[in-house]
Amino acid sequence: MTTPRERTVHVNGAPCRVWEAGQGEPLGFLAGLGGLGRWTSFLDRLAARRRVVVPSLPGFPGGLGHDQLDDLADWVTATLDLLEAAGLRGADLAGASLGATLLAEAAAFSPGLARRLALVAPLGLFEEADPVADVWAQRPEQIPALLCARPEAFVAELAPPEGVEAVEWQIEQVRASEAAARLLWPTLDLGLRKRLHRIAVPTLLVWGAADRVLPASYAKRFASGMAGATEVRILEGAGHRVDLDAPAALADALLDFLG
Amino acid sequence: MRLLWFHLMPYTDLPDDFAERYGSVWVDIDPALFDPKRGHQLYNEFLDELEGAAELGFDGICVNEHHQNGYGLMPSPNLIASALCRSTRDAAIVVMGNSIALYNPPTRVAEEFAMLDCLSGGRLVAGFPVGTPMDTCYAYGQNPSTLRARYHEAHDLIVKAWQASEPFTWNGRFQKQRYVNPWPRPLQKPHPPIWIPGGGSVETWQWCARQDYVYAYLSYFGYQAGRAVMQGFWEEMDRLGKDRNPYRAGFLQFVGVGESRAEAMQLYRASAEYFYGRCLCVDARYASPPGYTTEATLRARVTSQLVQAARRADEQKRAFSAPSFEEIVSKGYVIVGSPDEVAEQLREVATELNVGQLMLLLQFGNMGRELTAYNTELFAKRVMPQLRDLFDAEWENRWWPKPLAKEERVRPRRMAP
Repeated sequence: MTTPRERTVHVNGAPCRVWEAGQGEPLGFLAGLGGLGRWTSFLDRLAARRRVVVPSLPGFPGGLGHDQLDDLADWVTATLDLLEAAGLRGADLAGASLGATLLAEAAAFSPGLARRLALVAPLGLFEEADPVADVWAQRPEQIPALLCARPEAFVAELAPPEGVEAVEWQIEQVRASEAAARLLWPTLDLGLRKRLHRIAVPTLLVWGAADRVLPASYAKRFASGMAGATEVRILEGAGHRVDLDAPAALADALLDFLG
Repeated sequence: MRLLWFHLMPYTDLPDDFAERYGSVWVDIDPALFDPKRGHQLYNEFLDELEGAAELGFDGICVNEHHQNGYGLMPSPNLIASALCRSTRDAAIVVMGNSIALYNPPTRVAEEFAMLDCLSGGRLVAGFPVGTPMDTCYAYGQNPSTLRARYHEAHDLIVKAWQASEPFTWNGRFQKQRYVNPWPRPLQKPHPPIWIPGGGSVETWQWCARQDYVYAYLSYFGYQAGRAVMQGFWEEMDRLGKDRNPYRAGFLQFVGVGESRAEAMQLYRASAEYFYGRCLCVDARYASPPGYTTEATLRARVTSQLVQAARRADEQKRAFSAPSFEEIVSKGYVIVGSPDEVAEQLREVATELNVGQLMLLLQFGNMGRELTAYNTELFAKRVMPQLRDLFDAEWENRWWPKPLAKEERVRPRRMAP
């Protein structure tokens, strides 16, 4: 596995880690619920073809400052600041889960942010008939199977990364969960529906067919609201954390679309 | 010391197989289990009990706030407190309290508490809990990550609103109000005593010390589990240079008094097993919203032995399996015995934990009105006199309400036809 180059940028005065690997045109990636404690095989596969730039959102592993973000406007501003500080304005941008939500929001507020977008199971819409799961009202033992079609992949992801102390890692994970809750709680509509039409760049929507957090039916809801050309890819055998369940298939789908 | 009579107002008719058949007593409890006709009876009985306790000489009567909860039928303790202001004469009205981050705007609490203070002639204790995760984050949908910041802002706003000599503008982080000017104002000056019900968080201890508020540890797990928490609290007070005035601290204890220990063991078995077996069935799904516990407290919990004990008590509460009455008694969740035995144990508890504001749960679970009256009366007549003298020679209770003089207080009078 590659060891990424690492640097720190500042958002609202708080440090945020930026990982980078590979050569060529930049491809930004924003991780979802839980963030990234370690470089993954999914990112490696992207880095074989592109220069992959992975900034950490405030509050997620590698990033601080979520406690200064009180509402959606604060989060969108921080996302724009982060992407710009990482040199990603105008680049191809991909995101998963909450990372995809913030990319969609930021792209709606800031035309020209992305050349093309790839959104993997973004949260932010809510249909009563087809409800999004409450990831914060689960017994701990239910979480792996809720997020992953291969729960063992999620369990492995929960282990402390090399060189990180167990207590600190536990606190980082709770912090990441809090940061996500700070934006999403109580996981209903964020109002994104009213802004989707402002996304005019070509957009790929990827969903795990076995997503138990928000079903693949949401892909169509996102696609139909956007002004630009959209393409939907449903990946069999993958749950909400497509990057853990089907790392190669997800990377290939993104590279197919983004080139 | 001060002896206070606390009512949780539990619904008393949860079915025998509640623990097995229904997931949770809190948040998503089956609405079909609530019979409003029974509600009518219960609210009236519970008020009788609080009023009876006041008449029997308890120093204060306590109510609290819970939402969507089968063992706490008081979404609005202020409504109950308001009835008690009229029906009682001298007892402190201790509202433990209003979860101030839930009120929009929080000045609603400044207004209602001021109403209660005026109505009662200055007998109000104003409790400001953060509120449990179940109440605040799940039932009321508050964001766990901003809850504490909202709580602190609401507190600052309320306390300022009570004291400001003219209308002011509140341009807070979460709360924006152009014209803050609550009418009425509290009778007690500068404001009613403020008590903070809390778990075992170091930050709450420090905050209570800084603000000079009472810290009340309201656990259902008795003095044995409370020992570690109160020890941590007093060590923190030492560290901050605060005195060990026992009236800085409140503590909750379940008690069942009988003529003999054997009688008490027989009398209180059913209601204790009802409470610990049914009322505490809280689905673990609702226990730990992220951000509810601060990082500092999380860190303290993994590094401090003392607070680890508190966490164990906390976890016990979360993943609860129904204990037997023998276990309930041996672990000290409920103190049972003859009046002398109870008095001796409570003296020891109060001294060891150094708590001056002792809150007693003498009605618990599905205990009916007769047994509640028996327990309350035995306690008032034969336990209370043995505890009264504790602490008062040495310490002043600076956190007790300062009502109007008796002759200045108005008695309810029927309007002449």
